[in-house]
Amino acid sequence: MGREEEPTLFELSAPGRTAASFRATAVPEWTAEELVSAAHLRDDPAPVAEVSERDLVAHMTRLSHRQFSVDLGGYPLGSCTMKYNPKLCDDAVARTGLAGVHPASPPSLTQGWMALLADLEQALCRITGMAAATLQPPAGAAGELTGLLLMRAWHGANGEDAKRRRVLIPDSAHGTNPASVTLGGYAVTQVPSDDRGCVDVDALHARLDDDVAGIMLTNPNTLGLFEEDIVAIADAVHDAGGLLYYDGANLNAILGVTRPGDMGFDIVHMNLHKTFAVPHGGGGPGAGPVAVTERLAPFLPGPRPLRRAGDGAYEWVEPERSIGRIHSWHGNALALARAWSYILANGGDGLRTVSEAAVLNANWLRHRLRGTYDIPYDRPNMHEFVASATNLKKAGGMRALDVAKRLLEEGFHAPTTYFPLIVEEALMIEPTETESPQTLAALADALLRIARGTADDAHEAPRTSPVGRVDEARAARQLIPTWDARPQRS
Amino acid sequence: MHFVPHTDAEVGQMLDDMGLSSVEELFEVVPAALRLAGGLDMEPGLAEADVGGRFDAYAGGNRPVGPELVCFAGAGAYDHDIPSVVNRLAFRSEFVTAYTPYQPEVAQGVLQALFEYQTLVCRLFGTDVANASLYDGASALVEAVNLATAATGRSQVWLSRGVHPQWREVVATMAVGTGHALVDIDLDGGLTAFPAEGAPGAIVVQNPNHLGCVEDVATAGELARRLGALLVVAADPVSAGLLKPPGALGADVVVGEGQPFGAPLSLGGPYLGLFACRKEHVRRLPGRLVGETVDTEGRRAYVTTLRTREQDIRRERASSNVCTNQTLMAVAFLVHLGWLGTAGLRELALRCARGTRYAREALLAIDGVEAVAPAAVLREFAVRTPVDGATVVDRMAEEGFLAGVPLGEEYGGGLLVAVTEKRTKAEIDAYAAAFEKVVR
Repeated sequence: MGREEEPTLFELSAPGRTAASFRATAVPEWTAEELVSAAHLRDDPAPVAEVSERDLVAHMTRLSHRQFSVDLGGYPLGSCTMKYNPKLCDDAVARTGLAGVHPASPPSLTQGWMALLADLEQALCRITGMAAATLQPPAGAAGELTGLLLMRAWHGANGEDAKRRRVLIPDSAHGTNPASVTLGGYAVTQVPSDDRGCVDVDALHARLDDDVAGIMLTNPNTLGLFEEDIVAIADAVHDAGGLLYYDGANLNAILGVTRPGDMGFDIVHMNLHKTFAVPHGGGGPGAGPVAVTERLAPFLPGPRPLRRAGDGAYEWVEPERSIGRIHSWHGNALALARAWSYILANGGDGLRTVSEAAVLNANWLRHRLRGTYDIPYDRPNMHEFVASATNLKKAGGMRALDVAKRLLEEGFHAPTTYFPLIVEEALMIEPTETESPQTLAALADALLRIARGTADDAHEAPRTSPVGRVDEARAARQLIPTWDARPQRS
Repeated sequence: MHFVPHTDAEVGQMLDDMGLSSVEELFEVVPAALRLAGGLDMEPGLAEADVGGRFDAYAGGNRPVGPELVCFAGAGAYDHDIPSVVNRLAFRSEFVTAYTPYQPEVAQGVLQALFEYQTLVCRLFGTDVANASLYDGASALVEAVNLATAATGRSQVWLSRGVHPQWREVVATMAVGTGHALVDIDLDGGLTAFPAEGAPGAIVVQNPNHLGCVEDVATAGELARRLGALLVVAADPVSAGLLKPPGALGADVVVGEGQPFGAPLSLGGPYLGLFACRKEHVRRLPGRLVGETVDTEGRRAYVTTLRTREQDIRRERASSNVCTNQTLMAVAFLVHLGWLGTAGLRELALRCARGTRYAREALLAIDGVEAVAPAAVLREFAVRTPVDGATVVDRMAEEGFLAGVPLGEEYGGGLLVAVTEKRTKAEIDAYAAAFEKVVR
């Protein structure tokens, strides 16, 4: 990636340049004024851009060269599960018979899609040990909010919605959890972690009462540690009349090993763009299906694709006590289909191998880095672990941020930094299962090399990327969110 | 098959390095009672070619739109021509397999693409600022309602029945959590008849609306100002080629469905939630926002900004929980619109409107088929039919047409018909002839 600035599409425009062509239709050529009253019509055309196709192609291609991606190298981002995105999944959904289907088509024309979605739902339930699922939520956060609305519906059906106003969340939780709680109309009660990095069970008990709607947990947690007391936690919450919600961000650690349903969770969301290799797309589209136990199934968002008795054809069915739609149609269908192709390719055996290798890789890396980086919880982890740059900061002023920027120079993306909040100068590292021993060794060597370098040198990093460190304060202070918002030069 | 590269020898070496003897030891942290005995009860993995075979079967079980099923269905999902550049550019693996741009130095590609996308959304809608996308039009509307109620401190929301019914359903689902009081406002002659008095926090109108009619956004804007409410307009990016932009007509927040530019019909997703607003509301803008800045050596650079709005920082005080959005679909939108260009967007909107008028006149000439509303339309219109809409659709499918989308009972039944720039005179003539046959 070079350091030459890439002009914007607007700078590449020239009046009158055009790329578009339109098919011949022979439809009468009424003018705009003949079609819509003048009161509604724009005076001038909406400005877009005026480029040739060739320039558009060069522009976007050059932009793509200013971008790191999984296909280019490793992204050891904790809790993001940046695994390889198989190309067979791209091709699986490139079929006209999938991509060309209008969502309002009658079911007689979409039996293939409905079967695909039903098969995916069933597989996700098998993987998580749950009874039924909705595929509508288009992201993990949307899944979380769906789960909280399900909690409200459940308690409401028992006449307890007004009473149960609190949801418990560990202090190590991802920010979407408490944000979703607020949007669900609940109040957050934070539960501290103990000195082993797990939910402090005594503190949990102290916060449990009959005004608790439920608890949101990730297992393994955001430190990559398995919550060993999960059964006791589940019992305690259930005894208090609450529900357990599983944030599936870390599902990659336990595929084929254990299941949230067996741990006692009532509601489970999955991130298909993490565990099931749906590509991240620079920030989406993802998918966040939510699975539930049998007793919560009637509350799921609808409609659901279910087989009818008799001829076994699929129909769209509204669950009897549905909380309603979460998405304008059926969720991010092509992303759902990609995930299904990934699951089919792996099978039950392959998914188990995924988790074994993910946990193996993460532990191996922890072993390589201990002694050089602080490892606050230096014991067997699962698919990720948290290191800290605290010792480096004290010794020479190198912070997690500097480690991250140096790593960008070494051909890797940085790990997650400054999360979870309970670890100072956190570096959350999740190599994933698709990285080979050689790649891991190279990543470890790079991190060790960085730790042995000086803070002054690290402060200059990254030097090989298209731009150096950016002025974030200025971006916020002098907000320029569009090309047209730029201050005019006199 | 799986994508784990490790050979048995490599696994053995890695275990040795850690002083372990088996992979099972790594899972000792999981209580024995919770461990799955026989693994997952699922079929074993398939070879790539066999996955392909399964997907051929799924695809073969659907009837996609095309020459065998000419599309006249809309209702928020439109059959537009997607130029070849979209697949070749937006779906380059550098964009597809990129992560969220949290390390801006190595993410200038995605960041600049989003900056250009934000610029285009604002140009189309006449607004100051647009975010980097939301999930779909419906979720964008939810966020707009949340912004308006927070900004005014009022929880009542006036929702025109001209807003797509499925979007209103999503708003209603979310209102259980936020406690907003939703009031449905009826249509009269196909246009929203807002009350003259009241104290809503948000007044919501869709333009063109679910019946395809062009609404009087300017009057809704004056009403909002007079009542101290915010005007939320659910606008369509195609009609932006012809219509006065909502931002110029008093809209405080403009949302929309970006699917027409770059997203195939794909059973309704992934689509693209457009969200834009006046700059005074920027502190309440949901989701991500890309801004221009400089790097340490003065090079122009892009970065996600005003991050203190977002969930990872505000946590339970965040006004939105959005994290992952629809970035790749925003890039597709950018490419598609960039290819259309200024003149092309106008031409596109004009061709949709021409085809729509031609089809509407042809259908209204059929005995028993009547207009639902007299108002002007751009890409969609509603008709009453002698047989119900669902029956028309089923019969027309046998004739090789996806005739439209049945109109809900709240509109009195009938059929919603959409006509894009793809529809030729010959197709419309054949459609009308078949229509006449099936409603006889």
